[in-house]
Amino acid sequence: MVRAAALAQVGKGRGIGDGMELLSSLILIFISAALINNFVLHYFVGICPFLGVSRRVDTAFGMGLAVIFVITIASFLSWTFTYFILRPEAPIPVWVWRVVGGSPETTVDLSVLSYIMYIFVIASSVQFVEMYVRKFFQPLYDSFGVFLPLITTNCAILFACLEIMKHLQDPTRLWGLGEALTLAIGGGVGFTIAISLMAGIRAELDLCDVPRSLKGAGIALIVAGIMAMAFMGFTGVDRGVERAITALVGG
Amino acid sequence: MQDQPTALERFINGILPENPVYRQLLGMCPTLAVTGGMKPAITMAGATAFVLILANIIISLIRGLLKPHLRILVFTLTIATFVTIVDRFLAAYLYEMSKELGPYVPLIIVNCLIISRVEICASKQSVGVAVADGVGMSLGFALALASIATVREILGSGTWFGLQVLGEGWPAWGIMVLPPGAFLTLGLLLGGAEWYGQRRSRRLVRAGG
Repeated sequence: MVRAAALAQVGKGRGIGDGMELLSSLILIFISAALINNFVLHYFVGICPFLGVSRRVDTAFGMGLAVIFVITIASFLSWTFTYFILRPEAPIPVWVWRVVGGSPETTVDLSVLSYIMYIFVIASSVQFVEMYVRKFFQPLYDSFGVFLPLITTNCAILFACLEIMKHLQDPTRLWGLGEALTLAIGGGVGFTIAISLMAGIRAELDLCDVPRSLKGAGIALIVAGIMAMAFMGFTGVDRGVERAITALVGG
Repeated sequence: MQDQPTALERFINGILPENPVYRQLLGMCPTLAVTGGMKPAITMAGATAFVLILANIIISLIRGLLKPHLRILVFTLTIATFVTIVDRFLAAYLYEMSKELGPYVPLIIVNCLIISRVEICASKQSVGVAVADGVGMSLGFALALASIATVREILGSGTWFGLQVLGEGWPAWGIMVLPPGAFLTLGLLLGGAEWYGQRRSRRLVRAGG
């Protein structure tokens, strides 16, 4: 129901009749989050696991999956809280303000509480997800359960929540749940791509003669720098995709 | 409690021997993200110092009340409160800087440096030691940020704190202020610090033997 309301809201907010434009904006958000503005290589969030858990490809991939899983849940929760409670003129506090008899001219804005709310939501949802997965999905827990507690302090999750919050500040261009989840999953996929590539490169590096003082984090950071340069090559892909979609819809 | 370091040791450890960035590899995301120039780097160091010292004080005061299974939650909520204060302060008095730092001010909440100091020091030792530890670690963090920002700003735009240091003809290395430059600079500086440390310990061994 929330999802339907969100999609309806997107349509209303931007005056879009057909779903095609929504779809193209979702594709653009995804490509931008996963490749062009990669969470790790462009925004530098999630560096700790990127350097710490990238020794083997399979553990790196497990970490990536765990991040996608948690980032989706946390973004869903934080979008819901932000949309209904924390953003300026959000429906629930406005209603409460009217009920207690506040003047209608006052702008109701609880966004000062957002950081505390987000970190609380992330920490508690990770905790619950860990318990739930351990109880009901033992194989899943065995494959990435050990990473779950680490993820609480992974900046990528909080960063996704903050990006979603940024797009819920301006009442004329509100993001719906669809956009928020697309950003989160795109960011998680980008993280998985980056950390898996890194693990593959590090496995090769073990066979190389690296200067002793650069061993470990030093060479990993230099490799990351070169990867970041390579990912800069994706700049502009979004415009090309946008043109292609427009042509497709128009034709 | 005998083997816990004293206030002075905590203070000195934070600056070089256990430097948060070069020795412990903590707080990497602001280290890489805001060191494109000296001004954002110093602002970030100041904000982190404020949060770290005050969170250390509060946690140290309530350390007798902490329950083991809830302590991480208490830590993060305390830190989030102070980060909100810093964020509102920057938005009110340094609006341009607050825009430039963007999401990295709220991301101080999940800076591993602060959580690890609160966990290792403040939740076990008295207020005096916790303050000394906070100040030492903040100085170490500021030093690390300033060193990276110096390299990146001078090579990337030929300026330092906005002042021209290299001649007008310097072909600014644009890559240094972009994300790849952050990774390369930090990787090479880490290698340099490691090399220096190894050389010094070898010399000490030789002198001792």
